[in-house]
Amino acid sequence: MNSVDASPKYRTGAVDMTHGGGGRAMAELIEDLFHRHLKNPILDQRHDAAVFDVPPGRLVMSTDAHVISPLFFPGGDIGSLSVHGTLNDIAMAGARPLSLTASFILEEGFPLADLERIVMSMARAAREAGVPVVSGDTKVVEKGKGDGVFITTAGVGVLPDGVSISPAAARPGQVVLLSGSIGDHGVAILSKRENLEFETEILSDSAALHGLVADMIAAVPGIAVLRDPTRGGLATALNEIAHASGVGVMLEEDAIPVGPDVEGACELLGLDPLYVANEGKLICICEAADADLLLEIMRAHPLGRLSEKVGEIVEDADRMVVMQTGFGGSRVVDWLSGEQLPRIC
Amino acid sequence: MKYIREFRDGGLARKLAAAIAREADPDRHYNLMEFCGGHTHAIFRYGVQDLVPANVEYVHGPGCPVCVLPVRRLDDAVELALKEGVILTTYGDMMRVPGTKQKSLIRARAEGADIRMVYSTQDALNVARDNPDRQVVFFAIGFETTTPPTAVAILQAQAEGLTNFTVFCNHVLTPPAIAHIVNAPSEPGEKPVRIDGFLGPSHVSSVIGWAPYEPAARDFEKPVVIAGFEPLDVMQSTLMLIRQINEGRHVVENQYTRVVTREGNRKAQSLVAQVLELRKTFEWRGLGYVSDSALRIRDAYAAFDAEKRFTVSPKDSREVKSCECPAILRGVKKPTECKLFGTVCTPDNPMGACMVSSEGACAAYWTYGRKRGAALPARGAAA
Repeated sequence: MNSVDASPKYRTGAVDMTHGGGGRAMAELIEDLFHRHLKNPILDQRHDAAVFDVPPGRLVMSTDAHVISPLFFPGGDIGSLSVHGTLNDIAMAGARPLSLTASFILEEGFPLADLERIVMSMARAAREAGVPVVSGDTKVVEKGKGDGVFITTAGVGVLPDGVSISPAAARPGQVVLLSGSIGDHGVAILSKRENLEFETEILSDSAALHGLVADMIAAVPGIAVLRDPTRGGLATALNEIAHASGVGVMLEEDAIPVGPDVEGACELLGLDPLYVANEGKLICICEAADADLLLEIMRAHPLGRLSEKVGEIVEDADRMVVMQTGFGGSRVVDWLSGEQLPRIC
Repeated sequence: MKYIREFRDGGLARKLAAAIAREADPDRHYNLMEFCGGHTHAIFRYGVQDLVPANVEYVHGPGCPVCVLPVRRLDDAVELALKEGVILTTYGDMMRVPGTKQKSLIRARAEGADIRMVYSTQDALNVARDNPDRQVVFFAIGFETTTPPTAVAILQAQAEGLTNFTVFCNHVLTPPAIAHIVNAPSEPGEKPVRIDGFLGPSHVSSVIGWAPYEPAARDFEKPVVIAGFEPLDVMQSTLMLIRQINEGRHVVENQYTRVVTREGNRKAQSLVAQVLELRKTFEWRGLGYVSDSALRIRDAYAAFDAEKRFTVSPKDSREVKSCECPAILRGVKKPTECKLFGTVCTPDNPMGACMVSSEGACAAYWTYGRKRGAALPARGAAA
């Protein structure tokens, strides 16, 4: 899986219907663009279905569709995001990801140079994560029936014995850890949105978290819950956990890391960082006794340097997430109603 | 960014809370109406009510721009959006407000209307510039804060010769609403509203100044304190109001001195006056028709007036039966006194506008008031 430069062949030109028609143009696109960059022994079998060995353990599988707008954003693009998104879904089960598939829906007229840039970014993300893309598919839709490119990835992973992570496993007395500052991805996307462009240095936090998770599980196999707070942000993820586990969550506002740029942008735009998406952060719920060890391990990993304990699990028949505000009062952190930001992942 | 946390300092809040507790007379009840949705939001978001004594109660006023827009005007906007060739641009908050038969802009969009969320009138102008073969209507709502940008957008459109940009003007004015609340006869069977004082508008006052509230304070003998939107602003203003009430004074005081002057922003006022003029009367949800309480586009700018460019059909617009938004907006009922609250009406499925906006009293109660009854000591009727 070595990186290959962009092909001069695709410097110009656009996707047309023949690229999805099953003929020579499609075969060339697959060979010269997708296979060239995503190259690995399993993909090279050129089967419609990838065949590979699996290590012992339970299998974990997940799929994730990516329809983000804009396609390229500070800190990433739809290619890297579609790799990270599915890897993280697998990692949040506590599993080690083994392989990915990718399915592309291309809109007629989409520049081939942009497509190659996206595929190269996808290849780089897969290479860095050590997880190959082993099978793929491409379809082309007429102009106006898509938004450039949509990518659906699926992944398979393997779960070590003795790990049992579930959103329903939170219990009163456990604590909530967060692997870093919140809101970076959503604000980075927003800063490039049509009609809303503003100057900022904020980069998306898009990253594959399975390495961090592996370190955490090696130290504390009994982690109760892992969750990446993507769409809907920290608030939504915690509400989902509270709902699934039948517990309440008490958050401490002052403990939740928010970068000054994100805080400023949210303030100007009237957004609450608690509801803004992340693509490289995780929530970990564990026994209080394990918290210090886990925090130490998380902070030692590059993706968890700013990890903090941000709250605890409490008994609550109403399954609410409540936050002690830095101001001295308290507020309910409810589910988000409707959309705060459209199409961010 | 500086000056975010400074106005949310917990230590200062505790000192102000102690001062309010010392000042408030335990033998009396203080009903303080915070006029603006921005205040309502700050009170709930930071838990300000937790920090003041139980006999100091915030009554939520009508200053949520989304909430006071009558259903008929929203139905008109939906009709405009569904017209052939029209792009309706709107602030995001309006999208989910239910019109007649629960029809909202978001539902109209699902039916094929081209409706785009914008953050400013400048975004709306950009949509018009980018789509010269479409008619772009800006759904203008809000109090005096959002009015100058609308006036400027119309002037810009005129200067550029943009012929495909119009404004559906629904701007309303604050001082007539305050006078109406203290002066209006109560509805049959309704307890009259007893308001002891007002936390006056903050951003609105940065535009119009604080002088326009002086007649209401004098004539109706109600103290008004112009209050900023940060939680410490709200607490300091609360203390100032309680002092006035205890001393039997009723003047306009300005807590928000870092932004508001007596005269306001003269430049903004003159731009508004150039483009917009008073409507004789305008319907407010909850308040009914209030004379001289809203603005329309002057005839000289009729080319940019969506009400003149398009015809909308007369409609039998209706709010959901038994929705108490009107009484809640007048401050005579609490959200929890509405039969629909939390049962059929929730933020996911709002029946009335007050449940939609984060500045709306019902949405604020939903996200905060529910828990207070359970998690904190009982506070009488407040929760």
